[in-house]
Amino acid sequence: MTVVDENEDALTRLGESWPGTFIVGHGMDSDLLRAAGIEEADAVVVATDGDNTNIIIGQVAQKRFDVRCVVVRVLDPARAKFYKQRGLNTVCPTSVAIDSLMDAARACAVPVAPPTEEVVG
Amino acid sequence: MYLIVAGGGKIGANVTRSLLRLGHEVTLIEQRRDRFEQLEDEFEHQVQRGDATELFVLERAGIARPPDVLLALTGDDEDNMIIGQIAREKYGVPKVIARVNDPRNQPHFDLLGISPTICATSSVMALVEHEVPEHDLIHLLELRGENLEIVEVQIDGDSPSAGRSIEALSLPEGSRLISVMRGGHAEIAVGSTVLEAGDQVLAILEPGKEDELRRVLLRR
Repeated sequence: MTVVDENEDALTRLGESWPGTFIVGHGMDSDLLRAAGIEEADAVVVATDGDNTNIIIGQVAQKRFDVRCVVVRVLDPARAKFYKQRGLNTVCPTSVAIDSLMDAARACAVPVAPPTEEVVG
Repeated sequence: MYLIVAGGGKIGANVTRSLLRLGHEVTLIEQRRDRFEQLEDEFEHQVQRGDATELFVLERAGIARPPDVLLALTGDDEDNMIIGQIAREKYGVPKVIARVNDPRNQPHFDLLGISPTICATSSVMALVEHEVPEHDLIHLLELRGENLEIVEVQIDGDSPSAGRSIEALSLPEGSRLISVMRGGHAEIAVGSTVLEAGDQVLAILEPGKEDELRRVLLRR
C-alpha cells in the first residue's frame, strides 16, 4: 500500500505503526504516480478533497496506466452520476450520507399520532 | 455564434469583451463573488455566477442549446478538463477550446481528448526558441491529433549533414525533411537535394525523434 499526499503532515494521521509507503506530492503528476508504483497497482483509490482533481486522476489511472480497479470520491451527486455512466467507479459520500440519514430517521419508529377526533355533544 | 465562456479572469473577461464586440452571443460564467460583481457592471445579464463544473450552472447558462463553442478558460486545469468533457460528451457541444495553465498537465488534456488547447507558457517558450539562436531546433507547429510536429533546423558549416544529399543521411524512422530554404528561396526536399551550410530545413517528425534528428543533421 502506498499513500500519496501533498501534505507531509498527513503521514502523522496514519499513526506511527503505518507499515506502508508514503510519498509527498500531487496525484496529477504522472512521474510521481509511476514512482508510487501505479503501473503495478491492482487498485487505486482517489480521495482528495477536490472532486474534479479526483475525476481526472481516476481517468488517468484507468486510461493511461490501465489500472483495473479505480475508485473515485465525488461529493457532487450530479458529477458522480455522469462519470459513473461513463465507466468510472465513483462513490458519492453525499448520496451515501443522505441514504443513511433517511434510513436512520425511518427506523426511529415513532408512532404517528392519530388524528384528533372531534367530540360531539 | 453562441458561445459559453467558463472563467472570468483576465483571459475570460477579455475574450468575452472581444466576442461581444464582434457581435456574438456570449454567456460568461464566473464563480468568485468579487470578480462576478465587477464583471456584472460591464457585462450585465451576459455573466452568470457559479461553478462551471456543476451541471446545473452550465444548464442555466444554456449549454443544452448547445452553444457552437465552449471556452474553458479557468485558472484550474482539472476544472477546464471536466468542463470540456461534460460539454462535449453530455451536451454535444461541437467545439471546445481549453486553457492549459500548467504545461505539465498537457498530456492529461490529450488523454481525455480535450483539444484544441492553448497554453501561455508553451507559447512563450516557442517564441523564446525562435528568438534565441542556441536553440538549434525550433518548433513551428504541433499536430497533436496526428502525433507529429514540424520543426526548423539550421544547418551550419560544422554540421555533418552539410555537403551531403538527403538520401545519404540515415534519418530516423518516423521523420522526413520537407523543404530547404536557401538564400531566401525554398525548395521541396527530395532525395537528391544536397544540404549546405546556412540552409534552413523544415522537417516533420514524431515528437520523440528530435534528438535523433538533431544528431543526424547537426551531431549535437
